[in-house]
Amino acid sequence: MDELNYKSYRIEAENICVDYHGKVALYDANLRLKAGQICGLVGMNGAGKTTFFNALTGFVNISKGKIRINGESLRIAQQDQSIAYVPQSEGIDSQFPVSVWDVVMMGRYGSMNILRSPRESDIQAVKDAIERVDLMELSSTPIGNLSGGQRKRTFLARAIAQRASILLLDEPFAGVDIRTEKLISELFIQFKNEGKTILLSTHDMIHVREFCDLVLLINKTVVAYGETSEVFTPENITSTFGGMSPDVLFGPES
Amino acid sequence: MDLCFLSINITSFVADPLSHEFMRKALLMSSLVAAVCGFLSSYLTLKGWALMGDAVSHSVMPGVVVAYALGLPFSLGAFIFGVGSVALIGFVKQKSRVKEDTVIGLVFTGFFALGIVLVSKIKSNIDLHSILFGSPLGISLSDVKQTVFISLLVVILLSVFRKDLILYCFDPRHAKTVGINVLFLHYLLLTCLSLAAVVGLQSVGIVLVVAMLITPGATAYLLTDKFDNMTIISVISAIISSVFGIYFSFWFDLETGGSIVLVQTFIFLFAFLFAPRYGIFKFKKLFSSY
Repeated sequence: MDELNYKSYRIEAENICVDYHGKVALYDANLRLKAGQICGLVGMNGAGKTTFFNALTGFVNISKGKIRINGESLRIAQQDQSIAYVPQSEGIDSQFPVSVWDVVMMGRYGSMNILRSPRESDIQAVKDAIERVDLMELSSTPIGNLSGGQRKRTFLARAIAQRASILLLDEPFAGVDIRTEKLISELFIQFKNEGKTILLSTHDMIHVREFCDLVLLINKTVVAYGETSEVFTPENITSTFGGMSPDVLFGPES
Repeated sequence: MDLCFLSINITSFVADPLSHEFMRKALLMSSLVAAVCGFLSSYLTLKGWALMGDAVSHSVMPGVVVAYALGLPFSLGAFIFGVGSVALIGFVKQKSRVKEDTVIGLVFTGFFALGIVLVSKIKSNIDLHSILFGSPLGISLSDVKQTVFISLLVVILLSVFRKDLILYCFDPRHAKTVGINVLFLHYLLLTCLSLAAVVGLQSVGIVLVVAMLITPGATAYLLTDKFDNMTIISVISAIISSVFGIYFSFWFDLETGGSIVLVQTFIFLFAFLFAPRYGIFKFKKLFSSY
C-alpha cells in the first residue's frame, strides 16, 4: 500500500469538459476514486454518462480539465492496460464474426507484440477469464449465437483477461438474465477484494444501493458525489432527473 | 455421344481463350486484383464502409487523369485523391451541420465530375471508357508491374495488422483503451481502400469497383461466423467471379467489368437464397429437422 500512497487515487478527474462540435456534453466534472471502491454513475439518458466513460478511456478528448490514472497520464494508463471498458450491449455489433475466445483474447492485445500472437501466458489469462464468467463450454461459439447475458459476460471476461486495475462498465445489468446478474454481482465483490476500482453506470437504483460505496449523480455536470448513504437521497435524485420524483423512478419504498 | 460433344465444348470453352496472350494476362491480373479486393472486402463490409468505398473509388478519377497527363504512375494520383476525398469528407462533416451520408455523396460526385471534365479538357491518350468501365484485356506491362506491387503491399499491410484491424472494426473504443493507435488503423484501412480501388478499377472500372470491394465480403458474411473463413470465402468468390466473368465476356462478347460484377452479384444472390444459416431457405434447419 505504501507504494500506492503517492498516487493513492486510481482515478482523478478534475473539472473535465467534453464537447462534440461545439455542443457541451459534460462540464466541470470531478471524480476521485481509490482502490477497492465501487462507484455508481447515475443520470438520465443524454446526461453524459457514456461521455464520461469516453473521456476516461481516452476515446474522446477533453476540452478542459485533467485526468490522472494511478497518478499518471491517460496515455501511460492505456499503455499499462490500467483501464478496461465493458461496453453497453447496443454499442457492439453482435453479429460480428468473432467467437467468445477471440473477444476475450482482445483483452490481451495491448500487451502483445505487433502481430498479436498469443503467448502461453495470454492463453492462460484468457482461459482463466472465461472460466470466471462461466463460459468455458461456449468459448468457440460466435458471439452472434449468444444470449444477451452471455455476451455481457464475454466482455466482462475480456476486462478480466486484460488484468486492468480499473473497470468501467456501461449499464452492466441492462438486459441480462438472472444468472448473469448474480454472477456479475459476485464478481464485483471479488473485484473489490482484489483492490480493483469500479465505475458503473446504471438505471437501476436498487443496484446502486446494493454494491456502490460511492455514487456520482450527473446531469451534464456533477449534481452530487459522495458516499451512497449520504448522497443517494430522494432530493438529489430528483434534481438529477430533472425534477422527476424518485417514486416514479424506483418505486415508493424509499 | 451427347456427353462427348459437351466435354469437347467445355474443353474449348476453357482452353480457347487461354491461347491468347491478352486473355492469359487478363485472367491472371484480374484474379490478383480480385483476391486483393476480396481480402479487403471482409473488413469493409464489417466496418460498414460500403459508401466510403464508393466515395473513394469515384474520387480517384481526377487523380488518375492528372497522373496520366503528367506522366506519373496513375496509382500515385489515384491514391492522393482517394485519401484526399476522405479527409475532405471528414472536414466538411465536422465543420457543417450536413449529415455524413450527404457529405460523402456530395464530395465524391464533385471529384468524379472534376475527373470527367479533366478527361475532356486534357488532350491525352486517356480512354474515358477504359477508366469508367475497366480494361482488363488491354492491360500494359507498366500497369502489370504497378498492380503486382500495390497488390503485394495491400496484402502485406492487411496481414501484418490483421488482428488490430479486426479489433478496430469490431470495437475501436476497446482498442483505444488498451493503447492501440486507432487513428493509425483508421488511415491504414483507408490507405488500403484507396490502393485496392486503384488496382480494382483496371479490372472493372471506376463505376463498378465498389462491387469488388463489398460484394465478396457480403457473400462471405452470409456463409460463415468466423472471420478467417469469411476472408477465405471472400477471396475465393472474388477470384471465381473474375475468371468466369472474363470467360463469359470472351465467349458472349460482353463488357468485361460488367460481366465480372454480374457473376459476383449472382454468387451473392445464391448465398442470399441458400446460405445454410443465414439464407432465405435455411437448408441447415431443413436438414437437421430430419
